[in-house]
Amino acid sequence: MAAYTFVDHKFDVVVVGAGGSGLRAALGCAEAGLKTACITKVFPTRSHTVAAQGGISASLGNMGQDDWRWHMYDTVKGSDWLGDQDAIEYMVRHAPAAVYELEHWGVPFSRTAEGKIYQRAFGGMTRNYGEAPIQRTCAAADRTGHAMLHTMYGQSLSHAVEFFIEYFALDLIMDEGVVRGVTAWKLDDGTMHRFSAQRVVLATGGYGRAYFSCTSAHTCTGDGGGMALRAGLPLQDMEFVQFHPTGIYGAGCLITEGARGEGGYLTNSEGERFMERYAPSVKDLAPRDMVSRAMTIEIREGRGVGPKKDHIFLHLDHLDPKILAERLPGISETAKIFAGVDVTKEPIPVLPTVHYNMGGIPTNYHGEVVTLAGGDPDRIVPGLMAVGEAACVSVHGANRLGSNSLIDLVVFGRAVGLRCAEELKTGATQPEMKAAWTDPHLARFDRLRYAAGSVSTADLRLEMQLATQEDAAVFRTAETLDSGLSRLAAVQAKRADIKVSDRGLIWNSDLMETLEFENLIVQAIVTVAGAVNRTESRGAHAREDFSSRDDVNWMKHTLAWLDDATGAVRLDYRPVHAYTMTNDVAYIPPKARVY
Amino acid sequence: MVELTLPKNSKIGKGKRHAAPAGAKRIKSFRVYRYDPDGGGNPTWDTYDVDVDACGPMVLDVLLHIKNTMDATLTFRRSCREGVCGSCAMNIGGRNTLACTHGWEDVPGKEITISPLPHQPVVKDLVPDLTIFYAQYASIEPWLHTTTPTPQTEWRQSEAERAKLDGLYECILCACCSTSCPSYWWNGDKYLGPAALLQAQRWLADSRDEATGERLDDLEDPFKLYRCHTIMNCAQVCPKGLNPAEAIAEIKAALVERVT
Repeated sequence: MAAYTFVDHKFDVVVVGAGGSGLRAALGCAEAGLKTACITKVFPTRSHTVAAQGGISASLGNMGQDDWRWHMYDTVKGSDWLGDQDAIEYMVRHAPAAVYELEHWGVPFSRTAEGKIYQRAFGGMTRNYGEAPIQRTCAAADRTGHAMLHTMYGQSLSHAVEFFIEYFALDLIMDEGVVRGVTAWKLDDGTMHRFSAQRVVLATGGYGRAYFSCTSAHTCTGDGGGMALRAGLPLQDMEFVQFHPTGIYGAGCLITEGARGEGGYLTNSEGERFMERYAPSVKDLAPRDMVSRAMTIEIREGRGVGPKKDHIFLHLDHLDPKILAERLPGISETAKIFAGVDVTKEPIPVLPTVHYNMGGIPTNYHGEVVTLAGGDPDRIVPGLMAVGEAACVSVHGANRLGSNSLIDLVVFGRAVGLRCAEELKTGATQPEMKAAWTDPHLARFDRLRYAAGSVSTADLRLEMQLATQEDAAVFRTAETLDSGLSRLAAVQAKRADIKVSDRGLIWNSDLMETLEFENLIVQAIVTVAGAVNRTESRGAHAREDFSSRDDVNWMKHTLAWLDDATGAVRLDYRPVHAYTMTNDVAYIPPKARVY
Repeated sequence: MVELTLPKNSKIGKGKRHAAPAGAKRIKSFRVYRYDPDGGGNPTWDTYDVDVDACGPMVLDVLLHIKNTMDATLTFRRSCREGVCGSCAMNIGGRNTLACTHGWEDVPGKEITISPLPHQPVVKDLVPDLTIFYAQYASIEPWLHTTTPTPQTEWRQSEAERAKLDGLYECILCACCSTSCPSYWWNGDKYLGPAALLQAQRWLADSRDEATGERLDDLEDPFKLYRCHTIMNCAQVCPKGLNPAEAIAEIKAALVERVT
């Protein structure tokens, strides 16, 4: 093995990832006087939060009466009752303050005539416990994520967050079950770094790139989830993968749900607004899992549009061009570039496209990572926290509502800051690093750097992406999922035969993509393994062979561990929290999920 | 001192030619700047003969196709692939733009030349070092400055006041504008450049911000601001259709108004 020496760093808190949740967590920790590092593989404003469009949910009531209890009800129902209601209560109650905080930092929200934050309608967001759609989603045109991310990065520059930009995090430093820090590879000079910390916060985002067609960025490779699995920790509810109804046909680029929030609608080949049949009360503003299923059924039954009848139209051409220019300028541009469509005149060709991972690293609502140990389903993993799409709190359960992800980022990012402030002492002594803790990290890195097998990373990644895309799609059966599992097992077997062509250390993107692939494949495997195992339909997990929800047997979170060497998966469960955070609101018992 | 010839280690040599696979029907040649920092040699121009029927429509699709099927060592930044993250800014056919939103068929010429953003140190292949660019962005203090006690809810801002931020806040910090500006090429260490100045104007124009005076004081400098000579390359190349030159003119106007 080549000789590597570490550059050592010591911090109170190390945040991995500089998207919305990572920046908010880092800001909170720095504000509390903790010595805080933020490690990121891309410059912060290039994180995938930047691509969020439609908005951030909070019951501000700027467009008419609203109530955090209504927001809670919608989120619980949207989650198909798999969400933990204590965490959901925490999120919706802190949502308004979190949005005002963003506004105070300078986010350029769109405005109402009174000068308040503009809010738009979004899927599954309703008034008075499901009565009718409500305008709850706070928007900066259709560039809300961009506006938030740039503002938060700017804000973090005014605080003492120390950024380590274009550092690729390798693995968690584990000391008999306690997380002591993280190792990272600095891309621009090829040096290796060892960060010691009282707390490591994984804010590494989702793993959308485990699929072939996704709205997610190329960098959405779920690096934190891969690190957690390699550290022997479980991931939770990984079988729940959200398909966004309106990815551009072919290119996969996102068209915000806010397009329907502003009055857009979907049609089939007969020109029919088919959502009226599937969700009579909220129609095109049904939650994403339901709209994606409805679209898939329309296409399957021969009512798709286009020469191959394999997609659906999204109409905005009936809307006032002035509204389109003011509220949906970004997607108007995207539709022009990627579909050649003038949205004022023609419909946009769209298709359900992988968009979000409800599953992730299990945490409580303070952001502390939990696992099942010794019969305790809420055992805290010392030294480790997770937040954002990388985490599974779980507030989104089996299906996330649109605009609940941005609020998740800032509410739980803030919670992490508060928890660290409460529990950590600035500059507290940390144990000396031991080589044995990090030798396996270097060995893995070196093995991949010099990997001289016969199958390229790109080919193996494609094989994985096609397996998940074809076999773990909107609708699933035992047959497709078993096929998916064996195809992924074949990919897993070929990992030993991978070929990396670039042997350099400086900006070796071939090696970085290989390390990312390693993170993706393990999560792809637990995703399909969880889906095979869950013999019911709930939220985004729709089994044709088990078409109804089964609360008796499946009102529980899946936990999945994976042996990195063999790809063997072990599954177990955590109960769904059947209680709220306070007595201000009662537990919402499960009922049929109709809209 | 001005160097009128390139230093020896910047001379670009002739590189490799990567042939298209047998059976390719439509072939387009892409001439790509290569620099391997680990190898220690000079940069080269490699040529890739690409089977464009196997690619998507954008230049980024071509680069990904090259990386995935022809040469895994080719290195470039990319992330969102839809023109919002600003990672894949590079010089394509002599013009700074985003590879992900620029169709290769829209680039004139028989052969398409791709090189890193100009006048920045090159880390590897198409990856420039943007450290100074980012430091300049940080120097304009891109956060809201207020002294009035913060309200319980939002700061009120009228629709008209908010509209003043349109054309400013959408910047994705891709650096296409700054690295296309001759003034920035010449004085990139002291002139803030169009991207940072566009952001300076974004905060000056924000009705909620209460540090206009300090912000203007900081910009009133022969180099930071006044190296803009209205060349307008910035507005020409901005892949988001923004006009940094206009924003700079507004800053200059505000400074004049302040004096009179």
